[in-house]
Amino acid sequence: MNFITRLRKFPFWSWLWFIIGALYFILPLLATFEFSLSWDPANPLKAYQRAFEDNRFWNSFMYSNVLALATIVVSIILIVPTAYWIRLRLPQARRIVEFITLMPFVVPAIILVFGLIRIYSTPFSIPFTDVVFMQPLTNFKMGTNILIVGGYVVLAMPYMYRSVDTGMRTVDIRTLTEASQSLGANWFVIITRVILPNIRAALLSGALLTFAIVVGEVTLASFLGVNAFGPYLFLLGQHRAYEPAALSFVSFLLTWLAMGLIQLVTGGQGQAAGTH
Amino acid sequence: MTHLALKNVSKHFGNFTAVRDFNLDVNKGEFVSFLGPSGCGKTTTLRMIAGFEIPSSGEITINGADITNKSPNQRNVGMVFQSYALFPNMTVAQNIGFGLQVRKEKEADVKDRVAEMLSIISLESKADSYPYQLSGGQMQRVALARALAIRPEVLLLDEPLSALDAKIRVSLRGEIRSIQQKLGITAIYVTHDQEEALSLSDRIVVMNIGEMEQIGTPFEIYNFPTTVFTANFVGTLNTTSGEVLDPLKGLVTVDGVQFESASDIKSKRKGDKVRVAIRPERFNFVSQEKKANILDCTIESINFLGSIVRIQVKIGNTKFFVDTFNNPFLDLPNIGAKDQVTCSKEAVLVLDE
Ligand SMILES: Nc1ncnc2c1ncn2[C@@H]1O[C@H](COP(=O)(O)OP(=O)(O)OP(=O)(O)O)[C@@H](O)[C@H]1O
Ligand SMILES: [Mg+2]
Repeated sequence: MNFITRLRKFPFWSWLWFIIGALYFILPLLATFEFSLSWDPANPLKAYQRAFEDNRFWNSFMYSNVLALATIVVSIILIVPTAYWIRLRLPQARRIVEFITLMPFVVPAIILVFGLIRIYSTPFSIPFTDVVFMQPLTNFKMGTNILIVGGYVVLAMPYMYRSVDTGMRTVDIRTLTEASQSLGANWFVIITRVILPNIRAALLSGALLTFAIVVGEVTLASFLGVNAFGPYLFLLGQHRAYEPAALSFVSFLLTWLAMGLIQLVTGGQGQAAGTH
Repeated sequence: MTHLALKNVSKHFGNFTAVRDFNLDVNKGEFVSFLGPSGCGKTTTLRMIAGFEIPSSGEITINGADITNKSPNQRNVGMVFQSYALFPNMTVAQNIGFGLQVRKEKEADVKDRVAEMLSIISLESKADSYPYQLSGGQMQRVALARALAIRPEVLLLDEPLSALDAKIRVSLRGEIRSIQQKLGITAIYVTHDQEEALSLSDRIVVMNIGEMEQIGTPFEIYNFPTTVFTANFVGTLNTTSGEVLDPLKGLVTVDGVQFESASDIKSKRKGDKVRVAIRPERFNFVSQEKKANILDCTIESINFLGSIVRIQVKIGNTKFFVDTFNNPFLDLPNIGAKDQVTCSKEAVLVLDE
């Protein structure tokens, strides 16, 4: 099927809503972009030059990207098997799990971060003894990284779980599982070769949302004292006018670029399966 | 030689008994159908053979080896689902080769086997298509090939044709049967379509509310049903209640009208209540030839059903269907006319109430 015939199949109203939605999304972006160009009429890119010259930008941005990737990987490892098992064997548990995944909407991030700090800033000791077998996570860099990724996994959970669960609804995973089992496949093969490829689109959208949340997150990052992109942008915004606008716009483009790359890498036959 | 055996297999879901004390021996290469109404436990029985359900009690063996508690991926049992269950992310060839790859067979062997299966189902040209590019009938053929590629001990099919339209259903069922015979594979086929069961099977298991009602060849099931349920479920049938008149001579009465039957009712006594069952096609109008039973009747209604004409007649106070083959020269009686029908002793089945 070529692009034109595919276009013709689209009904008018779908397009209308799509365009309205897109405008809602794109207009603020355009406004930001325009503003970022207006620092020096002689050199429209001045804001960008200044922003990129700053090493703190690159460091914090890369750091946030790594955090986002780690969050996505941990989320997938955690959530895909859980959602799968609930659909397959524990439909009764569905409501409870859905409720749990909604917690980040109910409990603000600020409470989450204070809880995390409170619990993990004391050393882990064997109960009733003074034997310490692990320093507080907040006391060393890797520990803080673990802590913040853990927090982000929680924050991203509603989006990730919902995407994955919806993806699993659109393919009949129960029958596909049984078909694979009768062909001799074990659980690992079923999840990696049958389930994951068939919810690729859902995973991608979950990953995209997670990415957006993590890269822009301020509360957790600043209270845990890490040099992430969110706090950096926030700080910059308090002192400068044009550079934050330029950076916001650039970070958007980069995020989209990253997603486009993922789409390309995982695409190919996924395209065919996706249209099913 | 018994290949697959179920011994006293039962399955309970909580308090509910889905399958009760099921016994079955299937020979190597035999095609056995489970036939019965919705909810009678056909799928549950099949799923126990596949390993997706574990029997509450009883034993399942293949070649004498107990597989009752083996997990589904250890059983080497092929399964074809009503919804095809092809992997949407894989091509036809990848779908068919999946089971062999999982078994870590050599690349070249997988390729050969896939080609062989594709030629068996005559879909060589679709090897690189994705499932969504196939018709329902093609998808089910691929699913069949995928199940057979692993050379399973037993092939299980759960209403594989019920999502397809009538024409394809008939042609594909013929194809399934000929592939099964060619490969000599033992097959269990679940259906609630009696025509499918009758036309495909070596033997049919008629099931009712979790129990085996009768087992036999299609010929036996159709012509000699042993229970009212089987008689009613398979084919069209006139059934009515009657009374034993003379057990030794095989005489029964239906509302005062006397019928002579070949069924063995010697163990019954005069006055016992029974069911009398006669297939509509076993009646003739007397003008053709006379048989043991000659009965006065009144023509009630006439229905064309394509190749046959179904005439409802009243014998005494009881209505019966009489089928005759349709042809342009048929001399149809008038509604309300008095006539006579005849049927042989063998046509009159006397069953327990
Ligand atoms: N997992 C389950 N839990 C509880 N009851 C079940 C379960 N699976 C099946 N049953 C019940 O067992 C009975 C038999 O179901 P089964 O699916 O075997 O019927 P069937 O003969 O295949 O019917 P159909 O022709 O509609 O497919 C049904 O009453 C069904 O409700
Ligand atoms: Mg069923």
